[in-house]
Amino acid sequence: MIIDYPTLKVIWWLLVGVLLVGFAIMDGHDMGVGTLLPFVGKNDEERRVIINTVGPHWDGNQVWFVTGGGAIFAAWPLVYATAFSGFYWAMLAVLWALFFRPVGFDYRSKIDNASWRSTWDWGLFVGGAVPPLIFGVAFGNLLQGVPFNFDSNLVSYYTGSFWGLLNPFALLTGVVSTAMITFHGAIYLMHRTEGEIQRRSRNAALFFGLLMLAGFSAAGVWLQWIPGYAIASAIDPSALPDPLAKEVVREAGAWMSNYRSMPATMALPVLAYLGAIAALLLAFRGRTLAAFVASSLAIVGVIGTAGMSMFPFVMPSSTDPRSSLTVWDSVSSHLTLSIMFFATLIFMPIIIAYTSWAYSVMAGKVTAAYVRENSHSAY
Amino acid sequence: MVSEQLVDLSRLQFAATALYHFLFVPLTIGMTWILVIMESVYVMTGKPIYKDMTRFWGKLFGINFALGVTTGLTLEFQFGTNWAYYSHYVGDIFGAPLAIEGLMAFFLESTFIGLFFFGWDRLSRRQHLLVTTLMAIGTNLSALWILIANGWMQNPVGAEFSAITMRMEMVDFWAVVFNPDAQAKFVHTVSAGYVTGAMFVLSISAWYLLRRRDVEFAKRSFRIAAAFGLASALSVIVLGDESGYTVGEAQQTKMAAMEAMWETEPAPAGLKLIAGINEAEMKNDWEIEIPWLLGLIGTRSLDKELPGIKEIIAHNRERVISGIEAVKALDLVRANPKDQAAKERLLAHQPDLGFGLLLRKYVASMDEVTPELIDRAAADTIPRVTPLFWGFRLMVALGFAMAALFSLALFYSIKGSFAEKPWLLRWALWSLPMPWIACEVGWFVAEYGRQPWTIYGVLPTHLSVSTLSVSSLYGSLAGFVGFYTLLLIVEMYLMVKFARQGPGSLGTGRYLNEVAHA
Ligand code: HDD
Ligand code: HEM
Ligand code: HEM
Repeated sequence: MIIDYPTLKVIWWLLVGVLLVGFAIMDGHDMGVGTLLPFVGKNDEERRVIINTVGPHWDGNQVWFVTGGGAIFAAWPLVYATAFSGFYWAMLAVLWALFFRPVGFDYRSKIDNASWRSTWDWGLFVGGAVPPLIFGVAFGNLLQGVPFNFDSNLVSYYTGSFWGLLNPFALLTGVVSTAMITFHGAIYLMHRTEGEIQRRSRNAALFFGLLMLAGFSAAGVWLQWIPGYAIASAIDPSALPDPLAKEVVREAGAWMSNYRSMPATMALPVLAYLGAIAALLLAFRGRTLAAFVASSLAIVGVIGTAGMSMFPFVMPSSTDPRSSLTVWDSVSSHLTLSIMFFATLIFMPIIIAYTSWAYSVMAGKVTAAYVRENSHSAY
Repeated sequence: MVSEQLVDLSRLQFAATALYHFLFVPLTIGMTWILVIMESVYVMTGKPIYKDMTRFWGKLFGINFALGVTTGLTLEFQFGTNWAYYSHYVGDIFGAPLAIEGLMAFFLESTFIGLFFFGWDRLSRRQHLLVTTLMAIGTNLSALWILIANGWMQNPVGAEFSAITMRMEMVDFWAVVFNPDAQAKFVHTVSAGYVTGAMFVLSISAWYLLRRRDVEFAKRSFRIAAAFGLASALSVIVLGDESGYTVGEAQQTKMAAMEAMWETEPAPAGLKLIAGINEAEMKNDWEIEIPWLLGLIGTRSLDKELPGIKEIIAHNRERVISGIEAVKALDLVRANPKDQAAKERLLAHQPDLGFGLLLRKYVASMDEVTPELIDRAAADTIPRVTPLFWGFRLMVALGFAMAALFSLALFYSIKGSFAEKPWLLRWALWSLPMPWIACEVGWFVAEYGRQPWTIYGVLPTHLSVSTLSVSSLYGSLAGFVGFYTLLLIVEMYLMVKFARQGPGSLGTGRYLNEVAHA
């Protein structure tokens, strides 16, 4: 064990962030493609072109989501337990939406029937649009605090309702998240297609890029009025994690305090703006690959901004603030954090390497001719 | 206190979603290697028929894989949604293999399955074979890590309870990885998958042969399936015996229930072939037994005794009594972490803490415990005998039946006359459901036999659930069953459609039922 416990706790906050961002960039672009599918593809052949841009990759990308879940389980078991059971119906809605994807991708082309295919087109739309919406709504609720508390044995009780999650601020963050993912998907589609589909994707990119920027700005302004949370008692970052051992206060402007005390973190919201603007400009110049990199950076900026506002909080409790989960007291043991850190350190570069190889093998434009020639093997 | 109904519904939901998942998993596990074998032959011989075999069986494999992924997603998150206290209590250990599974296995499997389907024209033959092999390795690694997690639930090694964090914490990662239960489970379960893959190819090939169509294609597939199937069926039996041994070591309650062994018998105990079980009076009305065999399987010796149910209950009653002390001491430590006397009392009784927690099903405070409740908690530690006894026998019987089929199939494959043996082909065809039944029953035995624990001896099932409302559970259970059933119907429809159409669905122009090139 070379790394001390407090450092590892912060490293794991970063790593969970990396996994979330990885999920948003990788699975995000194929979800964005799914969201756009029924609108950008006007007939079956166009839709097959669109689906085949992500056909070989969506499953590997989805593993970012799966691994994100596993990593939160391993590194922040209390967050995994409390958030997923508390947000029960929201979580099920995400899962049920995702169910449409494996079958949608794989089964759609296997039967040549218009209503069969259009059913799966809308299934892929749901599988693409619903998860980012719900994750955005969830973030909006985290920023406002979530109604839950622990008893003395750390059994968690969630006292809110599903409909309570759908408050105006959370809906706004839901829109930001969906717009961001769809924007990213539109740019990916521009990169992998040509002609009409590419042109329609560009219009979509313009619309969703601007929507994302507007929503992000509005949420940032709104956040000034939303009371944040702060730890009022002394913090011992090396203490054994016990969420009930601290005092937490709710105060206006607390979510801005990190930006005030560490001005360098302002780079995150700036990155969100610069990334999105650069992505738009590059996309319109036809530099689609560079645009994709820029929209990925915008995603880093947006998610990073939300996470940094809350640090060290992960899931504040609105009804019993001292039950709030923070990076100091919702984590696994020192040993588990170290093991998982080294596991991630070893496997992440390998994963990135073979994923890149897979993309490079399949690189190039997907065309109508390709779909026609491979009608029995393509999606 | 948690309502019984909530616990039962949560269990039912987990059982249903896991059993659905395991309709698809074993076929994926088995087919990946069969595809590797077929494609290797293609790369070595250059005969296009082997490429067609890889692609056609790969197509059916893909239809199955899609639902494997769909149903797996649920399980990855269900520990959090429905087993929140469990996730908190053991996440420190249990979460790690799950996360490593994602990093090491799912990424590999899922990235390369894309190239398996889409890379035929863009990769060299060798590269494509490498892709297929990596996909197979990923699949098997995923089974390894999830079964390490599951094996830890059966035999929780390498971990210790901490009163401050109120959970189990990892103290020895390698003990968790090399847990004998996990290893036995892994080899038995992947072999079961190989059997499933082999049976699938064998049965469908037999059907083509019965109809005398696509004969060359079917014959070659049949032979590969017969050879692979016999090796796998034998290993499932040998390694099932290994599972039996580890169960005998680590989970005497399950072993005793599986064998309907009410009384401790003098060593070496006999293996009951069948018995008339009388749970109310805790005895068997009649039984047919093979002497010595159980003692050999369960202890690998002639002189070690396997305890019977009545003896285990008496022993566990003592542990419950000691566990009450542990829970009381724990409550004191939670209230005041500086209470040194309580800490020492907790430490002395810590191994029995889980047994004390069994009483939380009945009372909130240990001061309300009565001797009757202690009796009940001790009796609770034995799972119900009848389903385990018969479930286990069904799995074993199917194992031997399949081994017999594969032996004959391989024998006549070597002789070269299997295609003219309709009885053999029909037998192969009708055996298609067998491995699935054996797998589902096997999981039932393994998981139901672990009751009343989620973590054997550590965390009772009724404490493990999320504090959800019963109506939420009804809603989600209905949603899962409805959604999955619908998807299963679609999957079966496609599977049958393409199996019937046969290799002609590839559109190569070499087979019956060619589809027009669109
Ligand atoms: C013995 C093997 C085995 C067992 C016991 C389980 N699984 Fe599984 N799982 C697989 C073997 C497998 C596989 C062979 O790797 C799958 C099945 C078919 C497939 O498509 O991949 C898979 C797919 C799969 C996926 C989708 C991965 C992807 O997107 O590619 C997830 C998230 C899980 N599983 C999670 C679980 C969880 C949380 C389980 C425990 C409750 C579980 N599985 C039991
Ligand atoms: C896919 C293969 C599996 C099948 C078919 C399966 C089957 C079952 C069944 C039938 C039950 C209900 C037992 C009962 O309550 O009577 C159950 C419960 C459970 N299983 Fe499994 N299981 C599988 C894999 C796993 C794995 C790999 C894990 C952990 C890594 C696991 C964890 C659990 C948990 C937490 C419960 C709920 C608590 C309980 O009832 O014990 N299962 N499973
Ligand atoms: C003679 C043959 C067999 C024996 C002696 C045997 C033995 C066992 C035992 C003792 C268990 C329980 C392990 C535990 O509780 O931890 C088990 C579980 C299981 N069996 Fe078998 N089995 C046999 C055949 C089969 C066959 C043919 C299949 C499927 C094709 C199969 C599939 C399974 C599965 C999927 C499990 C659950 C996973 C596990 O616990 O390993 N078994 N088997």
